[in-house]
Parts: sequence; C-alpha cells; structure tokens
Amino acid sequence: MIAELGLAALWLAAALAVLQLVFGTIFTFKSAEKAEFSQIVRPAAAMQGVLCALSFLILTWLFARTDLSVKLVAMNSHSMKPMIFKIAGTWGNHEGSMLLWVTVMAMAGALIALIERRLPERTMMATLAAQAFVGLGFYAFLLFSSNPFERLDPPALEGMGLNPLLQDIGLAFHPPTLYFGYVGLSVAFSFAVGALLTRQVTPDFARAMRPWVLGAWIFLTVGITAGSYWAYYELGWGGWWFWDPVENASLMPWLAATALLHSVSVLAARDALRAWTIMLGVVAFSMSMVGTFLVRSGILTSVHAFAVDPERGSFLLALLAIYIGGALLVFAVRAGSVTEGERFSLVSREGALVVNNVMLSAILGVVLLGTLYPLLTEAFDVRVSVGPPYFNPVSAIFALPMLLVMAVGPLLRWRHDNAKRIRPELILIAVLGLVTLAGVVAFAGIAVLPTLGIALAVVVIVASVMPLRGRKLRLLPLATWGMVIAHLGIGVSLLGMASETAFTQEKLAAVKVGDTTQVGPWTIKLDRIDPVAGPNWTALEGVLEASYRGGKPVIIDPQSRNFWSPPQETNESALITRWNGQLYAVLGREAGEGRWQLRLWWKPLVTLIWIGGMMVALGGALALIGRVYTDLRRRRVMRKAVERRSEASA
Amino acid sequence: MIRKLSAIVLALVLLAHLAPLAQPAMAQDDLPPAPYAYRQLDDPAQEAKAQALMETLRCLKCQSQSIADSDASMAGDMRSEVRQRIAAGESPEAIRRWLMDRYGDYVSYKPEVSETTWPLFAGPLILLLIAAAVLWRRLGGKRG
Amino acid sequence: MKHWRYFLPLAVFVAFIGVAAWQLTRPRDDFVHSAMIGKEVPAFDLPSAVGDRPGLSTANLKDGKPKLLNIWASWCIPCAAEAPQLARLQEAGATIVGVAIRDRPEDVAAFLDRYGNPYARIGRDDLSKVQLSIGSSGVPETFVVDGNGVIRYQHIGDVRPEDVKLLLSKLEEAKR
Repeated sequence: MIAELGLAALWLAAALAVLQLVFGTIFTFKSAEKAEFSQIVRPAAAMQGVLCALSFLILTWLFARTDLSVKLVAMNSHSMKPMIFKIAGTWGNHEGSMLLWVTVMAMAGALIALIERRLPERTMMATLAAQAFVGLGFYAFLLFSSNPFERLDPPALEGMGLNPLLQDIGLAFHPPTLYFGYVGLSVAFSFAVGALLTRQVTPDFARAMRPWVLGAWIFLTVGITAGSYWAYYELGWGGWWFWDPVENASLMPWLAATALLHSVSVLAARDALRAWTIMLGVVAFSMSMVGTFLVRSGILTSVHAFAVDPERGSFLLALLAIYIGGALLVFAVRAGSVTEGERFSLVSREGALVVNNVMLSAILGVVLLGTLYPLLTEAFDVRVSVGPPYFNPVSAIFALPMLLVMAVGPLLRWRHDNAKRIRPELILIAVLGLVTLAGVVAFAGIAVLPTLGIALAVVVIVASVMPLRGRKLRLLPLATWGMVIAHLGIGVSLLGMASETAFTQEKLAAVKVGDTTQVGPWTIKLDRIDPVAGPNWTALEGVLEASYRGGKPVIIDPQSRNFWSPPQETNESALITRWNGQLYAVLGREAGEGRWQLRLWWKPLVTLIWIGGMMVALGGALALIGRVYTDLRRRRVMRKAVERRSEASA
Repeated sequence: MIRKLSAIVLALVLLAHLAPLAQPAMAQDDLPPAPYAYRQLDDPAQEAKAQALMETLRCLKCQSQSIADSDASMAGDMRSEVRQRIAAGESPEAIRRWLMDRYGDYVSYKPEVSETTWPLFAGPLILLLIAAAVLWRRLGGKRG
Repeated sequence: MKHWRYFLPLAVFVAFIGVAAWQLTRPRDDFVHSAMIGKEVPAFDLPSAVGDRPGLSTANLKDGKPKLLNIWASWCIPCAAEAPQLARLQEAGATIVGVAIRDRPEDVAAFLDRYGNPYARIGRDDLSKVQLSIGSSGVPETFVVDGNGVIRYQHIGDVRPEDVKLLLSKLEEAKR
C-alpha cells in the first residue's frame, strides 16, 4: 500500500509539473490577460516539491524496511545490510537515483517559487515553466520506463543486493554530491531560458541565479576532489587523475560552472556580458547532461564495464536533444536582441574576467573535443585513444595564461583601471614568478609543465592573498574572503599537482621478511606477512615498518585481498601522511623464494591537491553565505523602506 | 583491479549503476609475472624513460587504464617488454611505433598528427584563434 | 536582427547529437583489431608447450601451407568453449597451430586431455611475446596465416559454430 502511495505522489507531482508548464508559459506570453495564472504556478511548484519529497521518503522507507514485495528493493537490497547502506541503497540504482534527481530538482523549484521575489513576474513564470519542462522529461522517464515502486508478486524471500564490495561509504555518497551540482545547474539553466524568453537579462537576474550557480559549483568541486582522492587510494597505483572519459564527464560541467560563476558576477556587479552569461547557463547544464549521457549510454567507455541499457541511452539522448537543442535554438534566435550591456576597458576587473571566461571555455572545448573525438572516429571504424599526453599540454596552453590573469584580476578595479596603480604588486608577482622559475630550472631539472606549474602556483598563492592588503580584515565582505580562499586553493592544488608530477619517487621491490628497502627519504622494512580474514574476503597483510630519514618507525599494513563472492583480487593501499607528502605502499603478489612484491611511492606535497580542492569549495561556501546574507539584508532594508514610505503617506 | 576501477569511475558520475561489479570474474593465469613487470630498471634514467612511456600506452584488456596503472597480466607483459627494450637501448618513440604498428593508434594515449587525428590539433588551434578574436573584439578593438 | 554566429553552438550540438545517435543505433565493436593483417608474422621461435607436440617458429608458418594460428590458454574459459569448433576445423582439413599464453605444461596437457587436441604444434609463450608481436590483445584469437607467413585474417574471441565456414573460406583464400 505504501509503495502505491509513493507512486501516486509521483504521478500527482508530474501532473502539477504539467500545470506549472502550461500556466507558466501562457503567463509568459499573455501576461496582460492572464495575470491570475501566476497565482497558480507558484503553489504548484511548491506542492510538487512536497510531493516528490514524500515519494522519495517513501522509497527510502521501503529500503530501510527491506520491503521485498517491491521489485527495486528485492533487486538491490538485502535484509542483512547495515542500516546506513540500506538507506544509501535507495539511490544506489538507476530508478532510485532518477527519483533523487527529480526530487532535488522539484525541491529547488519549490524554493525558487517560494522565496524568489526580485525578478519581474514574467521572467519568474518563464523560469518556473522551463523548470517544469526539464522536470517533465525526467518524470516521463521514471513513470513510463523505470518505475521505482513496481511490485514483485510473489514477494522475494530475500534481496539480491548483499555485495559487500558495494558497501562503501564513498560509493554511497559520491553520486548524490554530483547530483546536487547537476540539479543546481539545471536551475541556472531554467533561469537562463526564462530570461531569454522575456529578454530581461538584468543584474537582478544575475543575483537570483548566482546562489544556484555557486551552490552547484561547490558540490561539483567537492565531488571531483573527493572522487580524485578516492581513485587515488583505491586504485593502488598512486594516480589521481587519468583523463578518463568518466572523469572528464564530471570535469566539463565544473569548467562551465566556473566560467558561469564569474560571468554572472560581472553581470550582477556591472550589467555586462549578458548574452555570454545566458550562453554559459545553457552550456553548463548541457555539459552535465552530455556527461551523464556519455557514461550511462556506454557509448564511450567499454560496454563490458557498465550495465548499459540502450533504451536509457536513447531516452537520455532524446531529453538532451529536446532541452539543449531547444535552448540553443531560442538562444540563436533571441541572443541577437539581448544587448551586450555596459562596456569596459581591457585593464579592469571585467577585462580580466573576460579573459578568464574565454580561457575556461577554451579548456572546456579541448576537454570536450578530446573526450568525444574517439566517438567520432569510431563512426568511421577507426579507434584512437586520447590521454594525458594530449590533455595536459593542450589544456595548459590555455590554463597557464588564465592562471596568470587570475592572479592579477582581483587586484584590478571594476570598469576601468590603470596598470600603474598596482605596479608594485605586479613587479612583486613578476619577480617572484621569475625567481621561482629560475630556481626550479637551476636546481630541480624537471619537465617543462611541472616547472611552469610550480612557478605559477607560487605566483597564484602570493597574488591571491594580495586583495587583503591594506584592508580591515574584520570588515571584509564574506564574498571577498571566499574569492581569496578559492583562488588560494587553486594555487595550493596546482602546487600539489606539479610537485607530485615532478618529484614522485617510485620503488618496486621484491623483499624477504626482515629485509629493508628505500624509497625517497623513507626506509621500509617488511616485518612480517599475516593472513587476515574479513566477512567475505581473506587477505595477506604486509606489516611494514616505515621510518622517515631514520626517525621513529611507523607501522603500516597494506593488504592484498581475495574476495570470493564475486571472486576478485584487490590491493588495499596503506598511506602515511606527513606535512610534506605521502608515503604510498601496496603489497603485491608473492615473488618466489620467500620474497614479496612491494610497490612504494613517496609523493611530495601530494595532499595539497585535495587540500587545495577543498579550499576552493570552502571559498565557494563562504561566498555563497556572504551573498545570501547580503541579499536577505537588502530585502529587509527594502521592506522597511516601503513600510516607512507607506506610513509617511498615511 | 579492473573492476574496481570501473566501480570508482562509475561512481564518479550520477545515475551510477552498480552492475559492473556483478560481472563474472575473468579468468587470469597464475604464472609468475614477466621479469620486468614489477621490477624497475637499474639505471634510473632508463627507468624514468620507460615509466614515462608506459604511462602513455593503453592497457588493451582494461577499459581505460595505462599499462603503468594495471595489474592485468598482459599489462605486466607489456611493461616487461617496454623495460627490456629501453634497457636494450631502443628509443621510447620507436617502441611506441612498434606497438602502434601492431595495435593501431588505439594503443597509444598520445595522438600524433595524422590523417585520422588532425582535427584533435586543428581544434585547439581554432579555439585559440576564436579566443584571440573574442578578446580582441571585446577588449582590444573597442575601448570604452 | 539575426547573427549567424549565435547559431554556431546549435550547429555543434546538432552534430554531436547526430554522431551520438548514429553510434547508439549500431552495434558496438569493442575489439582491438590487429594492424598486422597483410603483413608477415614477425620472427619468433617458441619451445614446445606440451610433451607430444613440437614447438612453433616462424619457419613452420612459411612451409607453403596456409594455417590457423590459434592464440589460447588453458586458464581461459572461452577457449574451452571453442574446442569443438577447432576440432571441426581440423576434421575439415585445416592445419591448426597453437600458441599457449602464460601457461604450464601440465595445465596444457590436462586441458587437451579434456577438450581434445586439434593442434599440430603448440608453442609456449610465457611473456605474451608472440601475442604482442602479432597485435593480438586477448585469448582466444585465431589468425589465418598463408603459406608465406603473411597474416590474412584475424578472428577475435572464441570460434562459434557459425564462424567455422568463414574461417575455412578464409583458409581457402589464403591458398591463392
């Protein structure tokens, strides 16, 4: 009964979305005659959010109780699973994850409908109509081809989802993180389409859109950073970014969102870059859809890895074509009539942001091209691989100048500035960069890209805190703090990447128990090999004594695990983290004559990669809090002013 | 190992579907690995060369890994082959060529300008031109 | 006023949708095809993988008679599945030579006892050297090699009953 209730809530929500779409559209084009229609759209959006939340809660409840009369639960869960994984199992499958997507999207729509009052009513209605339109595609997908509440008759005796390999906290919470990012971008998309339909691309529009872009961007940043670290320690070879199509699929929306975030700030502050911001709003969401499609359809990665359903792939492609194709068509027809807005000079904050935007878009273009190119050649039955040797240098062509501009940009004033005003800072930055460059070239003798990376990282780190100079730190707006910390994070992360690439030391050794080996500053002794047993695996555990420059030894125990259901061998790496880097140890197979394979890496400053990434996310969060707080205060002041005026007139 | 990558890779994207882990395990041989599959060359300069090359060669049995990041035994055999050839004085590009003669462009992650791959290089060039044009129009041409 | 450049993103997008749709509708070929078709088998000389069959060298492949070169292993499950088809090929007059990848003599012998032995010769390739040199990326694979040692055709994966005819005709072609 309760499952049917969830399905009914979902149908009702879909019906409300239809209502929202129809009435919102009519209002957008005939607002004069149908003014009362806007009274219907907002409550419809709010109610839709409530109904979706109810539906999702019901599914979660079914999973928590392991209701085996529901097919989805029987297929994906098991009564013996720990509660946390039962609950996470709700979205750990296709149908549940779609429901989560729809729910988050509907709740975002409800939130806009309830609190957003800055925009002209027509733009608002157009936005909500666009939101409903996007939502309806997913409702259709859910209700017609992947109903999560489908019953199983007779109920299963036990669930089929007790694969402990899948009971991983990262696997449970990583996908929703990216979801929130993608849904945030869908809201930005709806705003962009709404503003395009009514041609009201104003600073107010940018301010309404900005928190959603920021929020999405924070989630994407956290998602990519966490995913990278996870791959790093799970895969057992010490790599943290592979330019794999799936990684690129998550990077592309991030690049677009980063560009959008900056152009939306220009629009909010200076009423410039109108058409460009709209375009990025469309592109950012399309990148999430394209990425989702590429991975889900199995069109790029090997079919052997993903349970690919051609029907789902086609459905996603159709949605993609309708949404993005439609939006781009509207853009093509309308953008010419959206004026570009205020002008500005080359040496200005906007000037720097435009450079940054163009470069980010170019990097996005490179990643997109490199990711899709194998798909294109396969259409002609030619298979090619595009990997790090392509992506690294080609994206660096655009990334290096962009980072330089990023270092200087925040020092410039809006609209028009004079380079002379910040000459001491520029000289300091240039000298610092060149000295670092010379030092690295003279003493380290490493490859070109890491050399430039280190010099640039130093420049970015120093320059990013410069906007703080001569300001009262206590009075500095939170959003400025956010920018400083995020830029600093980029520099920190870059330093980590360059250092890891240039200075990593690798040691593959076959050692006997009691023997020692060296990697970088570490001395590692294989103390013993212990057999250990887990719930569904047995493992050999290497007990290693690692000492840094002859210091006190630390015990680490990498494992080589054998799972039996399904049979599979994995390596559990062991890490020692120091302030200046990480020791990464993996136990391999037996090498004969009582010796064991050890894979050891010393990776100087590698942790900065993810610390930097989290700083970027933190900066985003500070900016978001600052912006929302300012908005709320402005709204309160406005309301008071209105009250006072009405009192005065009375 | 391979399946673990797919698990991670797939969780990197939403709508994650967890089927790959339920795949039947591929049989693997249990012969000891090739001599240089897990052993570095004694000369650090040669080893560095070999490592750099291995990171750009595709493991043909895995879905999306270089031979430097894979435990598949064929990847191990390829590592051993690469290291031995480097030790014998062969240049990395000659080894890459040798493999590409056998497996086509697919085996190398480093596309080279050729009949089939020129758009990969023309694309960024065009992007560079577009970027320059946009910046010129926006910033250089009309000062305001 | 319409600007053609505003239509550019739409054009790029439509092209993407076109390619993606085209790729979705056709069956995916995930095999890595050898680039050695039409080229001579590189020189090698493998020792015998099992007691009663001699090893395999390039000279054996250049004896003027076309052959099937089967890359296989006793630990590979599809290799067992293709055994009946190999037997049929042998009955039909094909000469089959094998290369056992990363295998032990006792395992090879046990496999042949159980699934039959269609091979005239079996070379032992513990480091996948021959496999790499002819551009094979997995087991099992079957190559058609003509009498001059030139690779004429590559079959990837296990030989299914419906593939037998094709392989025989490829062998026939290789005679010319």
